[in-house]
Amino acid sequence: MNLASLRVTAALPEIFIALAACAILLLGVTGKPGKPNHRAALACPLAIAALLVTALLAGLNFPAGGGAVAAFNNLFIGDALAGLLKISMCLLCAAAFLYGRRYNRDRGLLTCEYYVLGLFSVAGMMVVASASHLLTLYLGLELMSLCLYAMVACHRDSRLASEAAMKYFVLGALASSILLYGMSLLYGLTGSLELPVIRAALFAEAADPDDAALALAVVFVVVALAFKLGAVPFHMWVPDVYHGAPTSTTAFLSAAPKVAAFAIVLRLLAGGLGDLAGIWQSMLVILAVLSVAAGNIIAIAQHNLKRMLAYSAVSHMGFFLFGIAAGSAQGYSASLFYVLVYAVMSLGAFGAVLCLARGDAECDRLDDLQGLSRRSPRTAFLILILMLSMAGIPPTAGFFAKLSVIQALVGAGLVWVAVVAVLLAVVGAFYYLRIIKLMYFDDPADASPATPPAGDPPAHLLLAFNALIIIAILPWIGALISLCNAVIAGAV
Amino acid sequence: MENHLLSLLIWLPIVAGILILGAGDQRRAALARKLALGFSSAVFLLSVPLYTRFDTTTAAMQFGERARWIDAFNIHYALGVDGISMPLILLTTLLTVVVVIAGWTATPKRVAQYMAAFLIMEGLMIGVFASLDAVLFYLFWEAMLIPMFLIIGIWGGPNRIYATIKFFLYTLLGSLLMLVALLYLYHASGGSFSILDYHRLPLALAPQVLIFLAFFAAFAVKVPMFPVHTWLPDAHVEAPTGGSVILAAVMLKMGGYGFLRFSLPVTPDASHQLAWLMITLSLIAVVYIALVALAQRDMKKLIAYSSISHMGFVTLGLFIFNPRGVEGAMVQMISHGFISGALFLCVGVLYDRLHSRMIADYGGLAAPMPVFAAFMVLFALANAGLPGTSGFVGEFLVILGAFQVNAWFAVAAALTLIFGAAYTLWMVKRVIYGAVISERVAALPDVNGREMLFLGVLAALVLWVGVWPNPLLEVMHATIDNLLEHTAASKLP
Repeated sequence: MNLASLRVTAALPEIFIALAACAILLLGVTGKPGKPNHRAALACPLAIAALLVTALLAGLNFPAGGGAVAAFNNLFIGDALAGLLKISMCLLCAAAFLYGRRYNRDRGLLTCEYYVLGLFSVAGMMVVASASHLLTLYLGLELMSLCLYAMVACHRDSRLASEAAMKYFVLGALASSILLYGMSLLYGLTGSLELPVIRAALFAEAADPDDAALALAVVFVVVALAFKLGAVPFHMWVPDVYHGAPTSTTAFLSAAPKVAAFAIVLRLLAGGLGDLAGIWQSMLVILAVLSVAAGNIIAIAQHNLKRMLAYSAVSHMGFFLFGIAAGSAQGYSASLFYVLVYAVMSLGAFGAVLCLARGDAECDRLDDLQGLSRRSPRTAFLILILMLSMAGIPPTAGFFAKLSVIQALVGAGLVWVAVVAVLLAVVGAFYYLRIIKLMYFDDPADASPATPPAGDPPAHLLLAFNALIIIAILPWIGALISLCNAVIAGAV
Repeated sequence: MENHLLSLLIWLPIVAGILILGAGDQRRAALARKLALGFSSAVFLLSVPLYTRFDTTTAAMQFGERARWIDAFNIHYALGVDGISMPLILLTTLLTVVVVIAGWTATPKRVAQYMAAFLIMEGLMIGVFASLDAVLFYLFWEAMLIPMFLIIGIWGGPNRIYATIKFFLYTLLGSLLMLVALLYLYHASGGSFSILDYHRLPLALAPQVLIFLAFFAAFAVKVPMFPVHTWLPDAHVEAPTGGSVILAAVMLKMGGYGFLRFSLPVTPDASHQLAWLMITLSLIAVVYIALVALAQRDMKKLIAYSSISHMGFVTLGLFIFNPRGVEGAMVQMISHGFISGALFLCVGVLYDRLHSRMIADYGGLAAPMPVFAAFMVLFALANAGLPGTSGFVGEFLVILGAFQVNAWFAVAAALTLIFGAAYTLWMVKRVIYGAVISERVAALPDVNGREMLFLGVLAALVLWVGVWPNPLLEVMHATIDNLLEHTAASKLP
């Protein structure tokens, strides 16, 4: 074996981002003890730059002609799907950093370390996106999760944040151990950790769906994934973490990790266990229906915007699972499209919460939005677009995301599931509309004259771009859907 | 230009709306008004060639446009009009001008946003009537809810938030069920979203019935049919005058249009099978809702219930499957657009002056406002179906058609001519005639030139269609004959 056969270049983006994270970590130790480190202010722009370069590297690494490069003795795969996922992860995280910059600065949150953790987390996500081996998958997942736990906890003086981090960590560790258990069963059944080999072995044995060990393995894997995704009934951590974490972390958490979660689900279920669709399909349908139902209904009762968006995330994850549950390439592609659109919308929504926060005060109660259309009409309009898109109302990208998922369900013969999904979407529309009602129909609670939110022009510009792209993409949305189809066709 | 007329009609008002939204704030309200009037008039003038260059001899789609849009799902940007959609587009463009003029001074707050919302609505409504691709249709159909939601919620009456959320969720529920049906058809047709492909698609009875019911959920809510009509009185009463006019005059027609474009041709066997249900619900609406209207004390509510009752005629006409019934339904839709729009404008004129919609607050208006009284009496009589007005033509044709099917249907439907006369004339009697009820009423100024303009235009149209409906009937003749021929043939495989 020589170095060339490892094909290290396939992992160039990951290598670069890990090095960049180390460099920023060094920046943090240059300051003298007891004095504020002014260079730490550079951490955020540097981290964003590193992410953009990584996205560029991932783009350059895009395999020509839709082929796939297997690297590191089949531990790692560089295909078009991985490329697309990595680019979107980097861009989403860069945007999340930009949104959270002022928020973190105002609250004196760990400056360098925060961004270092973020970058390592992205590195973990990217490894997950390229995993073709259970070991790589698990390592990437843990790298991502451990950094996220710390990012949730980084607001040390906040009891809410500490509680959230604790819950997140304990439940996350539990989920990881369940995943490991499932993986060990799979290893025992097939004798391999390589996903393509597992798949071939299961196919060759013409896996009997009534085999208890096999069913147990699938159950463990699905439960662990449901934990990570936050699907009902394994969603308990989601609202607490979203609510308790600093909003900048919530924004980070709500976007790119969902894309990574898609990667895990696709590589593991659709890839390794693809021929066992008969076993996991019905489980996913139940999880998805429960998630959409519980997420949408409980969200109505929330008074905190972050908590409401957390339950909305649960319901969106349910919708995302619908696409996977369809069990067809069409369904996976619909899920990919859904998760990308959702990540952009969710990032925008939390970005808006960040843009509205002033000084030390959060702007995360629903009542804080009252009469926003008078105080800052532009932000209100952007939130209007984001909410309509989340509710899946045309002409937003959110509608097309729902359309492709429902289309895949109908295509897979699950028409009744599709009917349930749309009925629950109506329930969901209510709380998004309530936000619009608060902003547009209600008068501001305090009669104080219009006070524009504290200035952070780059973040506001980004918010405008983030919200408007959801409508402006419309003429080219077909190209995006075709791209999703193409990368899925190359990966499954 | 000729080939992209429909695109122009859809996108010009939308772009204009965005422009006004960007250009105008409270300080530049006058500019917003003028821009809105200019653009809406331009759109109306541009829509006239749809009528003058319309080929009345063919049932095929005209002014067609087609471009690829979303290849992955085979979705096209496909537009076209036939004898059913063309008159409705003209109705839309005309009434938008009327609404812009009517809202000239009636909206004290956020004028630019108000005008922009109506212009964007106009584009979306034209889009609904002109779409030949199911997803494109659905896109416009739902997007239309957004401006209406904001119009009612921002400029509406005291109970506006309840009304507008109810309106939105009711219509959304129906629409989403339709979406599932459309996706089913997409897969059943082997991957096509073309509405015209669905017309030719053979379907077994069981899926036809389910698809019919899904369409029914969407269209019955819009019409609205009994028993899913309850959002309408709330929405109408709370909406600002312009919102009520567009709701009653155009948005309700989308339900009837949907039945004609989707339910009848896509699921003809299910339509025949379930015609009893549709006819029953229509007759309940016609008779029962007319009685409900009789009991109203709020003028807007009365007109709202009267709208439901009159729309019952439309659905009755559609589901008796003969040319008289369907043509009557079409004429009734257009005519109801004029009459209900005009009546809401009349109430708006009164509301601007006295800030009340209660019948009891008025009385003896004929003395201080003679010109207004004349208009109101004319529209009330048209609403009651007086021969010589457009209201008569549609109702008469539908009753005539119903007679051919079952005399009892006709008798029940004709009852409403009596009830309709009762509630409208009773309202007119209390509002217009009698002794002047108070000094405030005695001091009311008569209609000004602006109000005279829009009421006069609508009055002329009501009389024109009433006396000489042929220009309207002949454009829809070929299309309706073709539709009925198509509906009569079974699609069972």
